[in-house]
Amino acid sequence: MIRPTLLALVLLAGAARAEEIFVSNERDNTVSVIDSRDWSVARTFPVGRRPRGLTFSPDGRRLYVCASDSDAVQVIDPDTGRLLHDLPSGEDPEQFALAPDGRTLFIANENNATTTVVDAEARRVLAQIDVGIEPEGMAVSPDGALAVTTSETTNMVHWIDARTLQAIDATPVGQRPRHAEFTRDGRTLWVSSEIGGTVSVIDVATRQVVETIAFEIKGISADRIQPVGIALTEDGATAFVALGPSDRVAAIDTRTRTVTAYILVGRRVWHVAMLPGGRELVTTNGVSGDVTVIDAAALKAVRSVKVGRYPWGAAVRPKAGATPGATPGAARPEGRTAGGGE
Amino acid sequence: METSRGRMPTRSDLAGGGRARVAAALALAALLGPAHAAPEGGAPTQARQPTPLAIHYIERRVERPKPLNNEPPVPDDEGRAGAQLGLADGNATGRFVGLRFSLRTSVVEPGADLRAALTEGEGARFLVVNAPAADLLALADMPETRDAVILNVGAPDVALRDRDCRARLLHVLPSRDMLADALVQLLAHKRWTRILLVQGPGAGDAAYAEALRRSARKFGARIVAESSFDARGADLRDSALREFALVTRGPEHDVVAVADEAGEFGPNLVYNTASPRPVVGTQGLSPAAWGRPVEAWAAVQLQARFAKLAQRPMGPVDWAGWMAVHAVTEAATQLKSADPEAVRRLLLSDRFEVGGFKGRALSFRAWNGQLRQPVFVLWPGAVVAAAPVEGFLHRRTELDTLGLDAPESACRAFGGSR
Repeated sequence: MIRPTLLALVLLAGAARAEEIFVSNERDNTVSVIDSRDWSVARTFPVGRRPRGLTFSPDGRRLYVCASDSDAVQVIDPDTGRLLHDLPSGEDPEQFALAPDGRTLFIANENNATTTVVDAEARRVLAQIDVGIEPEGMAVSPDGALAVTTSETTNMVHWIDARTLQAIDATPVGQRPRHAEFTRDGRTLWVSSEIGGTVSVIDVATRQVVETIAFEIKGISADRIQPVGIALTEDGATAFVALGPSDRVAAIDTRTRTVTAYILVGRRVWHVAMLPGGRELVTTNGVSGDVTVIDAAALKAVRSVKVGRYPWGAAVRPKAGATPGATPGAARPEGRTAGGGE
Repeated sequence: METSRGRMPTRSDLAGGGRARVAAALALAALLGPAHAAPEGGAPTQARQPTPLAIHYIERRVERPKPLNNEPPVPDDEGRAGAQLGLADGNATGRFVGLRFSLRTSVVEPGADLRAALTEGEGARFLVVNAPAADLLALADMPETRDAVILNVGAPDVALRDRDCRARLLHVLPSRDMLADALVQLLAHKRWTRILLVQGPGAGDAAYAEALRRSARKFGARIVAESSFDARGADLRDSALREFALVTRGPEHDVVAVADEAGEFGPNLVYNTASPRPVVGTQGLSPAAWGRPVEAWAAVQLQARFAKLAQRPMGPVDWAGWMAVHAVTEAATQLKSADPEAVRRLLLSDRFEVGGFKGRALSFRAWNGQLRQPVFVLWPGAVVAAAPVEGFLHRRTELDTLGLDAPESACRAFGGSR
């Protein structure tokens, strides 16, 4: 097996190294699988109703999909697309995060203001935790000690002690927080506020907002700039933020916390996912029904891939024996932004 | 807990804006309504129950004609059910910052003095009012409401946002001119700009028709002909085919616009026009603050919560009722304070922004207290567009292409237009 460092060039050339990117199509009730060798849709398989968040088990052998209107988290064999079983998920699961133990799933139940904690192996609900209205973003800290969920109408980040499964605190953020992402060192949490139009950078130790990042795009009115998905590069140097109906992804220097580029992608961009090695990332563009591939170094969109209707989340499948990978719509063990594996 | 954390900055803060209004101080917190207990297990527990921030919902009951064609009547709890959902949402949020809210409801019968209801509120400083313009003005002019904020959720009258405006009277429901602007923007976008206008006999119908005329001038559409129709004495089931052909005959037009707020003939006008033209306005393709087919921008979640509570779809006045209570509870939550004076100041300041399931941050216009917001253009089956429609630009925000802009409003009660 070739090491990722050697692979980068090959990847850019669009050749050899195969990654599988799974994309949930919210309106089609399907998942599209993109082959990164030629950026074709290799296959599409049906899933439950209104699929949104999706993530993989650390070994890449199980795909978890939030089928929101089926009120289930589905466990799927990613090779065949076959449904293995449903997990009890609580009502209307939207996003989830898998803890570093690879089996504890924290699920945001959008319709009933709870977070459901499920043991994915025992298929058992461990707890239901009251949080704010319309919980959406979910993340687990890299050390597994903390889970957070963002509530879209309550406009807070709720902190959950992952051992006691109790909500321990809440931090107000901008209007309609959509997505939360821990940095790899676990010291900082990034949260997007869709209607507030900002990204809050939160110090995990004090649970205080230390920076609020705003966006400005020439020719686009401020209220069309609606941050949703966030992905951080593996080295933590850059954050990519999907800006919804502005059809742009912002690249942010995480040290200076300033925007370095706005990258034009497809229409109404929801989420972003890094590919392993960090040379590329993909975006899901809800309205145009496609995925944009971005060259992360050049900060340019290099191609688009047509998928189903309203693509929502994307997850890169980890290879067997690799470190766990994940997605927008699902925080990952080790706090890595996306992809993983080799 | 958390008292050290400041209010989250909004876009206007970051842009360097922000000017707080000074207001007289009067602390009055009344313990009203049933307490909403925080569920066990999740929420941080309170050492003691906080004193709730009191909101008073006041409604004037209105007699309405029986709907045509076996349509469901306007629900008895229209507006009220929305306010109740706003309270439940507010308390579900407030418990995380140690806040509680209470809602007292007063329904005033036709003919009774609405002002008397005020005493039932026991000094609540936030009044959500679903009543005609005259009632709103009577309330706003009482010395007892001098330190209150009145949120209008039922009266679309333009005059209330114009010459008859009052300081501290905020308008959550869009005005008739915002509705008309939304509709005409869509018509202009589609180049359906020749309008044949049919107006009913009511005062509201005349106001609606006037708003359409004004919007047509504003956005380059043209009223090519006007006629009026009075449904009284006619049995539309018998006569529609003949009578509507007469009133909709005229010069070349793209749409037939109808102004019939009470729904006395408009529903039957659809498919009964002389020429094959769509009906737009109070019936057919209609502009509205909210409606059953709205589902974008997570509206599905709000619709589901409302349907669970009220066992029916959410209408525009329900949305306004929810939005009014939500604005108050959100302002308190941002402040982490139940101090009515502080909440009032934030609500009236230009720093305040709040979500409302319309895909944009909403805020109150500094020149007349109107909540700036997108307006849906829809028919019972689907949302056709959300205004502001693409291409209608404004230097501040496209939302201000709908309704009276600062230079157009004669309102000076908010300290003059800016």
